[in-house]
Amino acid sequence: MGEEYTIQAKDLVRSYGGRLAVDHVSLQVRRGEVLGLLGVNGAGKSSTMNMLAGVRIPNQGTVFVSGYSLTDDPLQARASLGYLPEKPPIYPELTVDEYLIYCARLRRVSSAKLASNIEQAKTRCGLENSGKRLIRNLSKGYQQRVGIAQAIVHQPNIIILDEPTVGLDPVQIVQIRKLIRELGNDHSVILSTHILPEVLTVCDRVMIMRAGRVVYEAPISAFREGESLEQVFIRLTCGDEVEIT
Amino acid sequence: MIRTIAVREFKSLFSSPLAWLTLAVLQFLFAWIFFSRIELFLQYQARLRSLDAAPGITEIAASGMFTVAGLVLLIITPLFTSRSLAEERRSGSLKLILSSPVSLTSVVMGKFTGLFGFYLIIILLLALMAFSLRLGGPADIGQIITGILGLILLSITCISIGLFMSSLTAQPTVAAISTFALLFFLWIIKWDVKTGGALATYLSLQEHFTSLMSGYLASVDVIYFLLLSILFLSLTIWWLDWERN
Repeated sequence: MGEEYTIQAKDLVRSYGGRLAVDHVSLQVRRGEVLGLLGVNGAGKSSTMNMLAGVRIPNQGTVFVSGYSLTDDPLQARASLGYLPEKPPIYPELTVDEYLIYCARLRRVSSAKLASNIEQAKTRCGLENSGKRLIRNLSKGYQQRVGIAQAIVHQPNIIILDEPTVGLDPVQIVQIRKLIRELGNDHSVILSTHILPEVLTVCDRVMIMRAGRVVYEAPISAFREGESLEQVFIRLTCGDEVEIT
Repeated sequence: MIRTIAVREFKSLFSSPLAWLTLAVLQFLFAWIFFSRIELFLQYQARLRSLDAAPGITEIAASGMFTVAGLVLLIITPLFTSRSLAEERRSGSLKLILSSPVSLTSVVMGKFTGLFGFYLIIILLLALMAFSLRLGGPADIGQIITGILGLILLSITCISIGLFMSSLTAQPTVAAISTFALLFFLWIIKWDVKTGGALATYLSLQEHFTSLMSGYLASVDVIYFLLLSILFLSLTIWWLDWERN
């Protein structure tokens, strides 16, 4: 594996009950880079994210995280990963502090670093004054922040975010995008979404998926001239079905 | 890591009134049974003296209470085990655990240990009542200890079966009904001894539990409970691993 990449996936294949969800997908992300994974619903984004996060094992292909294989050294590899699934994996009956302590311990954060890591994660996610609050009493936007805080509490090299702004109001969306951009300065971030402006605002590079395959890959700078991201996306994912005006 | 998951599981049981209410109601019921049986013994004490090998107060009061407690533990098991993995799956928090650097064995053993902690509280309260017989005169300590061991073995078997059922579904209600069905079937399997014969006798939970309640510590009973527990814990780990793959 090339050392400049914090995560490198090669030829990932995954099927569910005979239906091919991911078809030979390869990707790699550098430290300090935000990669946007775009696609319509059912394009295979979440399945790919699940494999990158170690939640599912690919039928074929390999994933290396910080030099460790997710198949051969799963515990070491997963220690370098932070993952926010589409639905935040929260426990409503816990306070924010209790939840983050639990998540930090699951991610093997040492007792010496526990308090400082949690404080740092809370600060980055704007949760400084929410530590004692029950998660069930937080707004959806704040629950999403808690979800992101659990993904960064162990200061992983790679952060995987699956549709982190779905269901949020416009103000919350702006705040979460700003946070993701900040996280992208220190970590490698893989962001799955189907919101095109989000990719333009947050990402350095974009990959478009269709029917489980990567059909396009380019840096965001490629859209400053010529075809817009929207035009490329509609052309590649919908073909001639939608006319672009 | 087992400890982290066990503590979280144990605390989550007490985050709703169910665990507190169960402990209070069971303690009242068991105390009622215990004192009723002491009264029964005192009533027939004179007649019992004239019998050869007459049952003592330990057998009548303590073992009698333990036998009822065994059936009650079996009945309440689905209430506590059904949510364990099914709820994590339904809420999406299972992905938090699966993407963490934790082995599936640690996950299952953590859940098991947390649930067992709750059962230990019930058993401890029962043991205190049984040992209180010593305050009024000689009691058969060996029989009490064998009874407690029987309850512990029955508990770990019930929890293991409940955990496995909970791992199969995202619906806690389905897990609860399946757990109760299997436990109850194993309890009554020997009611009609012609059906199944020796195999039914060996598989019967009630047969092995009653044997321990009589104060007879046989390795065949201990091995039966341990084998059944190991089998279902292994099946739970295997199922979660199969699902990931």
